Amino acid sequence: MIALLRRDLALAVRAGGGFGLGLAFFLIVVVLVPFGVGPEAALLTLIAPGILWVAALLAALLSLDRIFALDFEDGSLPLLATSPLPLEGVALIKGIAHWITTGLPLTLAAPALGFLLNLAPSAYVWLFASLALGTPALSMIGTFGAALTVGLRRGGLLMSLLVLPLYVPTLIFGAEAVRRGADGLGAATPLLMLAGITLGSFALLPFAASAALRVNLK
Amino acid sequence: MSIWEYANPKKFIATTTPLVPWLLGVSIALLVGGLIWGFFFTPDDFRQGSTVKIFYLHVPSALMAINVWFMMLITSLVWLVRRHHVSALAARAAAPIGIIMTVMALITGAIWGQPMWGTWWAWDPRLTSFLILFLFYLGYMALWEAIEDPDTAADLTSVLCIVGSVFAVLSRYAVNFWNQGLHQPASLSLDKEENVADVFWYPALVCIAGFVLLFVALVLMRTATEIRVRRIKALEARMRS
Amino acid sequence: MVLTVSDLAVARGGAPVLEGLSFSVAPGEALVLRGPNGIGKTTLLRTLAGLQPPIAGTVNFPEDTGAYASHADGIKAQLTVTENLAFWADVHGADLVDSVFEAFDLVDLRDRFAGTLSAGQKRRLGLARLGVIGRDVLFLDEPTVSLDGFSVKMFASWLRDTHLALGGIAVIATHIDLGLDAPELDLTPFKAAPDARGGSDEAFL
Repeated sequence: MIALLRRDLALAVRAGGGFGLGLAFFLIVVVLVPFGVGPEAALLTLIAPGILWVAALLAALLSLDRIFALDFEDGSLPLLATSPLPLEGVALIKGIAHWITTGLPLTLAAPALGFLLNLAPSAYVWLFASLALGTPALSMIGTFGAALTVGLRRGGLLMSLLVLPLYVPTLIFGAEAVRRGADGLGAATPLLMLAGITLGSFALLPFAASAALRVNLK
Repeated sequence: MSIWEYANPKKFIATTTPLVPWLLGVSIALLVGGLIWGFFFTPDDFRQGSTVKIFYLHVPSALMAINVWFMMLITSLVWLVRRHHVSALAARAAAPIGIIMTVMALITGAIWGQPMWGTWWAWDPRLTSFLILFLFYLGYMALWEAIEDPDTAADLTSVLCIVGSVFAVLSRYAVNFWNQGLHQPASLSLDKEENVADVFWYPALVCIAGFVLLFVALVLMRTATEIRVRRIKALEARMRS
Repeated sequence: MVLTVSDLAVARGGAPVLEGLSFSVAPGEALVLRGPNGIGKTTLLRTLAGLQPPIAGTVNFPEDTGAYASHADGIKAQLTVTENLAFWADVHGADLVDSVFEAFDLVDLRDRFAGTLSAGQKRRLGLARLGVIGRDVLFLDEPTVSLDGFSVKMFASWLRDTHLALGGIAVIATHIDLGLDAPELDLTPFKAAPDARGGSDEAFL
């Protein structure tokens, strides 16, 4: 399974922009928001937690359809399915690889973008913590969505429709944690919920994703 | 004789087709009776005036919106475990009815909410949950439409239905956590203390019974249609080979 | 280690395509599948490899010894030839042996990115995968597509002198003569009858 993780990371680096693309998208969305809502600092402070989370979520969504589509097109997926790797393990590794290539860079870059949106100083640590805890769930849920739609031509838009409603709880708890941090309130409850969603997703969704993959490979 | 005999498509159609007119008739009678009773023979609410009467549409449709999803969850599980085609097709047949119920609950809620809260829409937990439920129905139906092979579609939508149910419940709690809301507490519950007065309660029960029977009749009709579509496809496939 | 197939029926898109197939392949032997397009060679190979369930009958060979290969061979353009092979060896818990580069004429291409190879070279790389994964029972679907005559001979000799000589088994769907001296199985007599039972759409007929 480590071999698969290494290969996916190598592919992300060499395909040029595997790491960078989601990050650039994140930056652009965050830069566009003040153009849309106006430059008023107080307003930006107010909406910064939500904007940063929504932008991170969309950036994660952007690269989901590549999780299985490339392996499906070149025939790697049936070969992996007949290899000794359990397909559940393949799904888990794909989720982890997606997180390392998108969720992790987003988490690291988010505090810097917080400055652009005039995020309250007390919120930075919560922004970082909530993204660190929450983006793995986004990747794993997305892996499930990608597994459902892997056999479909033009499955990308459909996948967004399937995955976005599943993102609702993660988004709510993530943005709420940052908002509470910005208001100087305790953010432990939403962070714990976020951690719960992430752990639950990693424990259960690989099974659902591999079931979907098996059906799609038939 | 076991209940699974009716999972045979032919037997299902033969058994349910004669039932449909009866179910439709009774449900329309109940709906007409219940709505007339509710609209014209119950007093106005002392605070909400006659606007409260939309309750006879709002509550049953909201109830059905959730219960239809629940029925889809059960039929999806039956399909995955026992591989009865009728079960998967019943889930497919129910989804459009469920989404209509959800839209109805949202629209009647907006019409009711406007005079009460002074707004058509508020990001209240209950309203928001129904909006999320609407998105789940939409995704579920879109997945059915997108996949050509019917068994593949049945498998994948069933998996989506199960995972979606977990996330729908999770969303419900998340949304509660996020905003306490304007909506009054549930109008109906098994705990009598919270319930509306009997004079509103009985016509509401009649309406709910009407909605349930209407749903059953529609699902049976639509399932029969789905079975016939599958039959045509199966026959075509055999003729080609 | 024997591949035994008894009374197998396979379906494509819910409708049975082949039925009543029984054969066995002993160690060191190959079986070549013949039949017109659309008879179900690919479906049969995928069923044998376990990618899809049969609708009737059984396929028996020791667990975790089978491998499937089609024209799509899972080659990543951004990885070098060595990296591609090392990955598949690693996934199967096998070692990447040097002899494989010689057997498939890849010695000079070791450090080239797979994306820069010609179609024929890519196919050789895809087939070389079979040489590194250490699997005994191979299910090959048109393995020689886009190979030139020389490469076909090379692949055939690897199959004969390495894989089969070491007691391996191969089931091959192909249109050309590999010169393997293997028994052929014509699938035409096993075409499923139009009213064959067992398809997933049977309940609707």
